[in-house]
Amino acid sequence: MRALPDATGRFGDFGGRYVPETLMPALIELSQAYDRWSVDEGFLGDLAALQSGYAARPTLLYPAMRLSEQLGGARIYLKREDLCHTGAHKINNTIGQALLAKKMGKQRVIAETGAGQHGVASATICALMGLDCEVFMGADDIARQALNVFRMKLLGAKVVAVESGSRTLKDAINEAMRDWVTNVETTYYCIGSTMGPHPYPMMVRDFQAVIGKEVRQQILKAEGRLPDLLVACVGGGSNAMGLFHPFIDDVGVAMAGVEAAGDGLESGRHSASIVKGQIGVLHGKKTFLLQDELGQIRDAHSIAPGLDYPGVGPEHAWLKDTGRADYVSVDDKQAVDALQLLSRTEGVIPALESAHAVAHAVAVAPTMAKDKIIVVNLSGRGDKDMPSVAEYLGVHL
Amino acid sequence: MAAQSRISAVLDRLAHEGRKALVPFFSVGDPDIDVTRRAVLAAAKAGADIIELGVPFSDPIADGPVIQASSQRALRGGASLPGVLDLVGSLRTETEVPIVLFGYYNPFFRYGDALLARDAKTAGVDGILCVDLPPEEAGPLSAACKDSGLDSIFLLAPTSDDSRIRAVAERSAGFVYFVAVTGVTGARTDVPVGIEDKVARVRELCGLPVGVGFGISGPEQAVAVAAYADLVVVGSALVRVMHEAGPRAAEVAGEFTALLRQGLDVAYPGRA
Repeated sequence: MRALPDATGRFGDFGGRYVPETLMPALIELSQAYDRWSVDEGFLGDLAALQSGYAARPTLLYPAMRLSEQLGGARIYLKREDLCHTGAHKINNTIGQALLAKKMGKQRVIAETGAGQHGVASATICALMGLDCEVFMGADDIARQALNVFRMKLLGAKVVAVESGSRTLKDAINEAMRDWVTNVETTYYCIGSTMGPHPYPMMVRDFQAVIGKEVRQQILKAEGRLPDLLVACVGGGSNAMGLFHPFIDDVGVAMAGVEAAGDGLESGRHSASIVKGQIGVLHGKKTFLLQDELGQIRDAHSIAPGLDYPGVGPEHAWLKDTGRADYVSVDDKQAVDALQLLSRTEGVIPALESAHAVAHAVAVAPTMAKDKIIVVNLSGRGDKDMPSVAEYLGVHL
Repeated sequence: MAAQSRISAVLDRLAHEGRKALVPFFSVGDPDIDVTRRAVLAAAKAGADIIELGVPFSDPIADGPVIQASSQRALRGGASLPGVLDLVGSLRTETEVPIVLFGYYNPFFRYGDALLARDAKTAGVDGILCVDLPPEEAGPLSAACKDSGLDSIFLLAPTSDDSRIRAVAERSAGFVYFVAVTGVTGARTDVPVGIEDKVARVRELCGLPVGVGFGISGPEQAVAVAAYADLVVVGSALVRVMHEAGPRAAEVAGEFTALLRQGLDVAYPGRA
């Protein structure tokens, strides 16, 4: 099962390359470049050196003992991607793609961002490598994530406010694709999640799979066995695919992807594309989407801006379809509760996105025996979310 | 061999006459269906050879600001794919001008490839162009179109090499749409340059007439592009003048089409 996608970029019926013709040659060129460099020893050496020497990998696999004791069930480990340079797992992917952009001779890098974490990770690596960086960000997200916008600018990136549509992540992707269509000869599009047309879902997953590979070694060392359950939040799905992929063939390891239920699944204001969506085509891929019966895309909602996307990576759609992974949802309140609980029990403030994964672990750990092991991907740190959390809790900063 | 399509019949006649095909694009439902209906009829009367009907989509990644805004207005006004098909049915009581649906795949996919092709044919549609469906992904829709007797129209771009052109050639019918610029839709002030050879290559490998669009702002550019194109597609410029005309949108569509027609006919009067 780990061998997918096939040559056409499909995971079962999902994925593919649904893009305007102008981009097809660029995607073919990118696939060829990735096929070549992803097995090149020099490239892999550069990647490993940056992962350890710049991004601070490997990240800890940390036993959350006080949290586990309080819950009174399975033992919870946190994969501490919040300790990566820039504060989230996003840097794993941008290091890889920036190295590839260099190999392909592209000097200009564009990226989309929702929460701002991928934008910051892109701006960071472009600063390090001397690449020009432009980040497309929905105008509403710019207002919600002022700190990350300032970070990107400090890092030398240009931040382009996207005023069209719902003014969030999906519109930032639309605008980045329009820029790419226009400047395709000179520009590398650094997509931040396991989505978009082939080869992006595969490539981003491969660069993020360092998470799961480390977890595998770390848990074997700590416990002498594999975990019983992996839990990760799913927006586009890159931190979850990074954790899940190295375990896909281990049938004893269950996997749960946690989508954002926003105001609640029945409210219509959520981001649960797998749990509540239907199959469709958006941003280059066939997958589950939030859409109306006529195929118009609905706006996604979540307190976590990084989960605020009306689609999901095609490999997740396939894992859902085959039953290999379970997909559940956690609403805004449950996520904020989990954020507070983890902060108080472990002294770790998770990102609101990651708090969705924590919330699911909090819900299921008490139903599992004490000898069971859960690994939660703590994909990012919560500093960026303090204004939204304060507002949610009615606190004036 | 199936009967010749209405699109091919028109293009064959124009080629025989030595004239150029004029193809206006309408963003259906901006501001409402009735205006689009009257605008299409006015354009047909003013000399449009083929009509492109844009099916609005929430996330039009290949479109520039003018058609983006137009699509949003159309969706707010309740435009939908079933509404577009109803419009075509209604137009067919008054005009035989060939009609091509121009849209993004998700609304088509949700409707269902086979059902769409059947209902579109019944309504009087002649061809379907799906912007985000390159030949690699077009199998189900283009098979359905073939079964229903609709022409599948594909985009090619300045970035397309011979292998891409050949892949498009295999599935195309009616004509091939060449995107004049690497970029999104939208009128530009400069004339596209350096694509003459590419257009000729597309015509040679596909064996079909070649339409050129994206970025054509008025009669002058239409005439320049028609030097090497068989069809000239005008979209954003028309959508813009209609929007700016407010209540006179439909009449302005006719007037603008007449200007383009006149420009093309003066430059390429044909052999008759």
